[in-house]
Parts: sequence; structure tokens; C-alpha cells
Amino acid sequence: MALLSGGDALIRALHDEGVDLIFGYPGGAALHIYDAIFNQDKVEHILVRHEQAATHAADGYARATGKPGVVLVTSGPGATNAITGIATAFMDSIPMIVISGQVARESIGLDAFQETDMIGISRPIVKHSFMVHTPEDIPSVVKQAFFIATTGRPGPVVIDIPKDVTDPSVKFEYHYPETVKIRSYSPPTKGHSGQIKKAVDILLAARRPIIYSGGGVIIGEGSELLTALARKIGCPVTNTLMGLGAFPATDKQFVGMLGMHGTYEANMTMHEADVILAVGARFDDRVTNSDVRKFCPDATILHIDIDPAAISKTVTAHVPIVGPVAPVLKEMLELVETSKVKPDKEAMQAWWERIEHWRKRQSLAVIPAENDVIKPQQAIQALYEVTKGEAYVTSDVGQHQMFAAQYYHFDKPRRWINSGGLGTMGFGLPAAMGVQLAFPDAVVACVTGEGSIQMNIQELATCKQCALPIKIVTLNNKALGMVKQWQDMQYGGRHSHSTYADSLPDFIKLVESYGHVGIRIEKLSELKAKMAEAFAIKDKLVFIDIAVDPEEHVYPMAIRGGAMNEMFLSKTERT
Amino acid sequence: MRRIISVLMENQPGALSRVVGLFSQRNYNINSLTVAPTDDESLSRLTLTTVGDDRKIEQIIKHLNKLVDVAKLVDLTEGAHIERELMLIKVKATGAQRAEVKRVADIFRGVVVDITPTMYTIQVTGTSEKLDGFIAALAGTPILEVVRSGVSGIARGEKVLSL
Repeated sequence: MALLSGGDALIRALHDEGVDLIFGYPGGAALHIYDAIFNQDKVEHILVRHEQAATHAADGYARATGKPGVVLVTSGPGATNAITGIATAFMDSIPMIVISGQVARESIGLDAFQETDMIGISRPIVKHSFMVHTPEDIPSVVKQAFFIATTGRPGPVVIDIPKDVTDPSVKFEYHYPETVKIRSYSPPTKGHSGQIKKAVDILLAARRPIIYSGGGVIIGEGSELLTALARKIGCPVTNTLMGLGAFPATDKQFVGMLGMHGTYEANMTMHEADVILAVGARFDDRVTNSDVRKFCPDATILHIDIDPAAISKTVTAHVPIVGPVAPVLKEMLELVETSKVKPDKEAMQAWWERIEHWRKRQSLAVIPAENDVIKPQQAIQALYEVTKGEAYVTSDVGQHQMFAAQYYHFDKPRRWINSGGLGTMGFGLPAAMGVQLAFPDAVVACVTGEGSIQMNIQELATCKQCALPIKIVTLNNKALGMVKQWQDMQYGGRHSHSTYADSLPDFIKLVESYGHVGIRIEKLSELKAKMAEAFAIKDKLVFIDIAVDPEEHVYPMAIRGGAMNEMFLSKTERT
Repeated sequence: MRRIISVLMENQPGALSRVVGLFSQRNYNINSLTVAPTDDESLSRLTLTTVGDDRKIEQIIKHLNKLVDVAKLVDLTEGAHIERELMLIKVKATGAQRAEVKRVADIFRGVVVDITPTMYTIQVTGTSEKLDGFIAALAGTPILEVVRSGVSGIARGEKVLSL
């Protein structure tokens, strides 16, 4: 045991918890903690340029590694700047610890300089939060915070620490607890065997089954089991935006992403299914469309989720199974393997014939533009080819995000990193920093637009300081593409505040001023060569500014208020 | 349908705000709410009444259960239960009305807990319905102030909500 101050104890506790990397930004209320960081070399700190980026970087790190991301910010504006990133992590169930400095205990409530009620402000977007009242509480609070953030349905946990609690002159005997038990918190560790048996019986008797899997399969490390189960059943599999990579996209059983911008075959297969096995997915409105009464009318729904509140929230599950994805899938797989009942081969064959018929529609076929203009889809296809499908791809939010989801075929989990739930523009670049720091030798591409990238473009400086060789693939259509698409489709083409062509920066000069490399691509004929050139630069950040067809829309697109089989397939065709 | 949900939770700062915040965040109603520590000072017992269909109540219960501070909870209206609410009501009591108010209070087993020459303060306990009934029975009597505690409840029989 050692005598430590609160600040030293905090950093020591992070180290004892296995943390070797944190993201943050210093300020008054956090200065004791920053001094503690200076005095040790176990926990590395990455200085970002805005607290929002710290949370996204920690989030990207967590999504890529499965380990919790850790953030350190100061009180007041430091804490409020972190809010968007905390909400982003909360919506996508990402384990994260956010440590915020707070004004000294005696100043709380007095409107002190840089005081804000972080516990109150963050309350609806955290899994839990702690205010630390004495230095002695630090080890146990850190232990509990990591336990809560990483177990059950993961999520962000805030630890708010008043400045005087980390005072270097106040020391105590440090002891990090080995175990943790919270009497009011006990996440499920397995599913109900009776329910699992019931689900397997229904699945094996199905004539038109589909597996619909979401982000929970990736977070719950269930990809291999899911893939094995799907192979045993021989049924089609669709992934949500958050679930891409949970089942290999190049597998013939994969029918593509479903939902608002899902493939024609994925949405048709869902609509016509008689049994849907939903795994770690939450039937959110981008999947079901707005009117759940029209959702998959013939389907018996088997729903596995660790969060009971996610079950029957929007679409009623016929067989709910509350439990962690991996043990439940394992139990299902064992039952399927030992069952005397086998999937009906004839029914399955007939089912696949119908699916192949839908596939023939080729809803993701790209019609080339004239005059050597690059279609945004072609840019993603080039990215996929150049990186051989092996890159970690982060994205921002908008058309480029959907194109990346549709045209980059993820075969492995944790490779596709995007803000699915909150839809946070500005997520991509800082998230890529977290991924690149976790895997220094990996190819990390940030797919973005000229709109999103400007929401956290200051992080180009962090990338320089940390020498991160991220490849920023910017689909530049000189407009907020998705907003413009909706305005085209629903507001008579009135582009209210979605264009800014005359005020865009020269991105090449901009990134060069940070010491990075910029490559502009304007012609389809040079797309592949220049993309290859960019990715051949291994030791530097390269900003690839790709001029794409500004008129392009994302299709398929669900028709508002319709069922899953109602889609626009292009500007002129609909189902 | 009106429900009484009884929650056993950690007696921690911030715990109550998490429960109340959940209701506004998810667009649920709280009609009444009472909270106080139990015999075990580390635990609080919170009783709230809300209105909703089965689907909504199921979601409320699931989301309350998700809160880390919530140890256990029960929808008391699902089984036989006792509910009580306390009301302190200050009414004008002069002239002939003075005796009439006292008579009505007696019928409702109310207790006059404070008097002045011109008013009574009456304490009434019972179900919320009974308290509503008492107020209705005072029709014509000027009511000066009403303070209600909100509903507390407990299951009948051997069912116990404890750790």
C-alpha cells in the first residue's frame, strides 16, 4: 500500500484497471489530475483539440478494441463539450468512462468559475454517474464505474471529481479493490433455457426464416456463433447499420444491410419472412420505418437482447430472450446441432429462389456518370479495392456514411465504426484517431463529407502531434448531401441552408498547413490510381478530396410510413 | 389505467433525480410520488402513481429496473395491496358550518389537528379516492389549503419487497 493523493490515486486506479491510453484536454479543475499524469509513465494521455473529439476518439478506440474508452476533461465548458460524444456512445451502447473535473466541494452550487452541474446535464445520456466526495472513494468509484460501463448493455459512465478531492497535499492509503459487487445491479449472464428451446423449435420449423442482427452481436462478441448458426440453418442474414461485419458481407447468405437505405433484397426478405431471429438489434425506426403496424406482417419474432427494455419496445416479440448474445447463441447452436428436426430443405430452396429473384434487381448497381464525373459510390468501391476490404473504416454522418455502409463490404466485426444511433457529424476523424492509436499498424480510413469533416477539423492538429497516418476519404459534393436529398424529395427541391460551395476551404492547402498530405481527385479515370497513391503513403495522414457528382441520391430509400417492401429504388423507380 | 409502482432503491444523492428524470425523458407521467428512507437507512422506498396502458407500464418498469440505483420494484396494482395517502386540509369553519365540517370530518374518520376561532385544520388518511370524497363532501365550505402526501402502498399478505 502506498500513500497517494486523489490525483495520483485516480491515474493509478486507471492503470490497475488496465487502461494504458486516455484522451483529454486540461483545464483548471483538472490540473491536479494533469500533474499526476505528468509524474508517471503508465497511462498515456492524448491531447485533443476539443473535448468532443476526446469522447469520439475514446469511443472509436472502444468500438475497435472492445475495451472501454477513457476521457478526461475539466469542469464547465470542458464537461459540456464532452456531452455530444457521451450521447453518441450512449445511443450505440459503447463502454466509456468520462472523468470530469469539478469545482471544489465548498464552491459547488455557488455559480463558481467554470462550474456546471455535470451529473445533472449528463444524466439522461449516461448508464450511470458518480460524484466523488472524498479522495478515499476514488479507487472504489473507479472500480464500480468500469464494472458498470463494461457489463450488461455497455454504456458511458461519468465520474465527476471536485478539484479539492485531487489535492496533491491530501494523501491516503491507496488500495485498489480486486472485486466489485453492486447489490442493485446484476446484469443477466445467460438466457432462459426454456425460451431458447422454444425459439430454436420455431426457427427449425420456419419455411422463410431470416436472421436480423445488430450492433449487440459485435459488442457481445457473438459474430462467430452467429455465423455458425446461420450456416447451420442455411437462412439469409441481414445486418443493421450498427451490425455490419457481424456476419461476413461477402458470404452468399448475406443479403445486405436492411432498413431505410438497405438493399432491396434485405428489405423484401424481411417483409416476406415467416420467422425473424433478431439478435442484438432494437427494431429502431431506421429499420422498421415509421409505422410498426405494417412491419413484417407474417413474421414470428424471436428477439435476443441483453436489455429487457429493448424487447417489445416498438415491435412485439413473440419469443423474448433476455440475455447476453454469445451464451444464448451458443445454447441455440447446440440445440440446433443435436435436434432431430432439420431445416426443411425444399422450403429453404424455394425461399432462396425468391431471394435470388429480388437480388437480380441489383439495387446497388451504379450507373456511371458522363464526362469522367465520379459517382460517390465509385469512390467507396475504389476504397474497398485499394484496401482489399481490410481497413478499419470510420465515418461521419450523411450520404457518404450510407454509401460506405452499402459499398464497403465488411467481413469482420469492429471494422466499421460509425455513429448509428445519435447520427453525430464530426465523429469520423476523432474516432479514426482512437482506432489508429489502438492499432498503429492498421489501415484506418475515415470516410467523410466536406460538411462533416469541418465539424471536428481541428483534430488534424492532434493527428500531426501523434503522427497518425489516417486516410481521410472526403466525398466532396459541395453540399450537405443527405439534407439536400430530403429537400429534393420532400421539399420541392428548395435547398434551405444545405449548400455553401462558394465558402469551402481549399482542403489541400488546409491539410498541408498542418503538415499533412492532400490529394485531390476530380476525374473517374484517375480515381483508382490516385486512391492507390494515397494509400501507398504509409507514414503520413493523407486527405483525399474527391469531387463527386453533387446530384446523386442514396438508394434504395424506404418510403415514409410504408412497410419494409416499400422503397424508392432510384429517382424514377419505386416498388 | 392507474398503477402504483413501489421501488426499493439506494439511498444515494442523485438517485431520486434519476427516477424522476426517466419519466420526463421518456414522456411518462407521474401523478404522485413519495420517498423516504426505510428501516435500513441505506435504502429508500419510493412509491409513485402513474397512468398508462400495459405496454407503457411494462416499459416504465423495465426502464426503472435498468437504473443502477434501483434494487427492486413491484407494480402493487397487479395484486392485493393497501394504499394510503395523508391529507392536511385547512377549511373555513364559522357559524353553523363549524359543526357541519366537524360532522363530515367524523364521518371520514378525520382528525381536527389545529383550530382557530374561524378555521379547522383536518387530517384525513385513506385511499386517494377517499380523500377526493372528503373534499367533495365539503362542498360549500371554503377550502383554504390542501396538502396531500401522495400515495404510499404495500402488498397484502406475505409478499415482501426487500433485498
